Amino acid sequence: MTDLHAAGLRRDERLERWKLFGLASPAILLVLVILVIPVGWLFYVSFVGADGNFSLENYERMVSRKSYLRIFVTTFQVSILTTVLCIVIGYPLAYFISQLPTRWANLCLVTVLLPFWTSLLVRTYAWLVLLQKQGLVNQWAISLGLWDEPLKFVHNMTGTLIGMVHIMLPFLILPVYGAMRAIDKDYLKAASNLGASPRRAFWTVFFPLSTPGLFAGSLMVFVLCLGFFVTPAVLGGGRVIMVSMKIVSNIELFVNWGAASSLGVVLLALTVIILWIASRFTRLEQMAGGGH
Amino acid sequence: MTAKTGALPITVRDVTKTYGSVHALDGVSLNVKSGEFLTLLGPSGSGKTTLLMVLAGFTRPDRGSLKFGDDEMIRTPPHLRGVGMVFQNYALFPHMTVAGNVGYPLKLRNVPKAEARDRIDRALELVQLGGYGDRGIDQLSGGQKQRVALARSIVFEPRILLMDEPLSALDKKLRDRMQIELRHLHEQLGMTTVYVTHDQREALTMSDRIAVVNHGRIMQLAEPQQLYDRPANKFVADFIGDSSFLPVARGGAGVSFAGAKLLMDGAMPDGNDLLLMVRPERVRLLTGDLPDDTNIFDAKVTELVYQGESYLLYARLPDGSEIAVRGAIREGTFGKLPQVGDAVKLGLHKADTVVIADGQR
Repeated sequence: MTDLHAAGLRRDERLERWKLFGLASPAILLVLVILVIPVGWLFYVSFVGADGNFSLENYERMVSRKSYLRIFVTTFQVSILTTVLCIVIGYPLAYFISQLPTRWANLCLVTVLLPFWTSLLVRTYAWLVLLQKQGLVNQWAISLGLWDEPLKFVHNMTGTLIGMVHIMLPFLILPVYGAMRAIDKDYLKAASNLGASPRRAFWTVFFPLSTPGLFAGSLMVFVLCLGFFVTPAVLGGGRVIMVSMKIVSNIELFVNWGAASSLGVVLLALTVIILWIASRFTRLEQMAGGGH
Repeated sequence: MTAKTGALPITVRDVTKTYGSVHALDGVSLNVKSGEFLTLLGPSGSGKTTLLMVLAGFTRPDRGSLKFGDDEMIRTPPHLRGVGMVFQNYALFPHMTVAGNVGYPLKLRNVPKAEARDRIDRALELVQLGGYGDRGIDQLSGGQKQRVALARSIVFEPRILLMDEPLSALDKKLRDRMQIELRHLHEQLGMTTVYVTHDQREALTMSDRIAVVNHGRIMQLAEPQQLYDRPANKFVADFIGDSSFLPVARGGAGVSFAGAKLLMDGAMPDGNDLLLMVRPERVRLLTGDLPDDTNIFDAKVTELVYQGESYLLYARLPDGSEIAVRGAIREGTFGKLPQVGDAVKLGLHKADTVVIADGQR
């Protein structure tokens, strides 16, 4: 009987699998060290009371104190408003870019991405400079006669939203643009041929086909907003307090790691739940800007 | 929808479309008769698709006139033209079911729900997809998508139907069957149909008339048989079917090849550069008595190819030109064929002897 190398082939396959695992191991180790272990520790600390024993007091505090409820409401308020504003501004822009010839579209995308590559802190402080009482916007508007008294744009909800929308916009535009680019132009021709006016064709064909991208983008913005810190901290001026800021004050002001950890756990759990619900309606890889 | 829905003639006058310095359409005029199945046939880039897009309203020409019946349509936007169209890639809406797709034009026309359901069912039945209404588009095979696209384009009973290479994505066997089916459907519905293809066999199979298009112009408009047997110029002769071309000289009332006068039934074209068109399947290998109604060429076999259902034999004439001969293979005939290097006598019946004018345009 001839040797069919069954054992050798099996060994080769096993070896190959180990090699692949070996190549992935640095990444796995990294995820373990900077993600799994800290989150586990966070989880553990959140269940330790002030006396050092197991306790639910950190979670009880969240339910019993009104201020915590208000923080969660504010967080959702900012996140939802930012997402809605991003959709209102970003969807038409993505549509415009998607209809341009490829060369111009790429150019426009670069301008969308440019702020993306600038430091978050720099952009946030830039808004502070522009929007403050003696800032550029107020000075110009007053000298042009648009309004008489300097308007209050910063250290409140308005400023927070302006900053947040500016920073989150690319996260919405990219997946929406990706979905729009993937829509075959023949679909619109077909709709038009079958009797649909341009407006009708847009709402019955183009818009529904772009919704996966819109959904993915909105989800991305919303989830990112939930845990955002720098922009609301700087532009909110202490009047807009989000969960992330409360976590910081719990640690910096009160050195209460348990309270901070429990907030982190709740925020993480909320995010996971939202992503889980969303994953039942859409394919999450579209958040990376992929097509259908 | 089983009754004929009525048809409209199409009149195209001097339609011109240029892209930069390229004439996609160069003063095209064309009459499509009411209820006719007309095919635009041409190589890629010939302008046939541009012409179809002008008919559908997706391409705006530089000038020209387009009438459906008596109504001028050239400036009418596509959604008001009321023509059905089957797209090359079907363009079925992926977010709708089969019934949603077929019902889309009815919904736009505010057809009442019950009647719409009825018409959707009938249209699907017509394309042999009864009961497929609830399927998603991605659950369909290529052939089924094709049928859905067809159902969608006829469900609103347009009087003109346009088709842009609708069968090009199907495999050969399915394509052959769909050609016959489309033909029957056209006979049943009777709408004026303009069909675009680059596949000459498809065009010959399906059409009442064929317009051969090249360089944005119509090279010839004729019925399939006339197009094949009596092409108007070298481009048409070359594009449709296989042919060899032999230079012939005008002499007195007829023409001659290599000094011998040619017997021929058909008319002589004008012009001085004349070519004899030789279709491989019309040439016969002569043995024994030589018929007197046939032009006879002495030649030497240079190549013999076995092609399954037929053989292809290349033979060189004394003047150095080469012609191809195709013949059916029946039991045992292939082994009896002359071999490479043998001298043969080739016969071309005078009815198959067609002389055309040279010149590409």
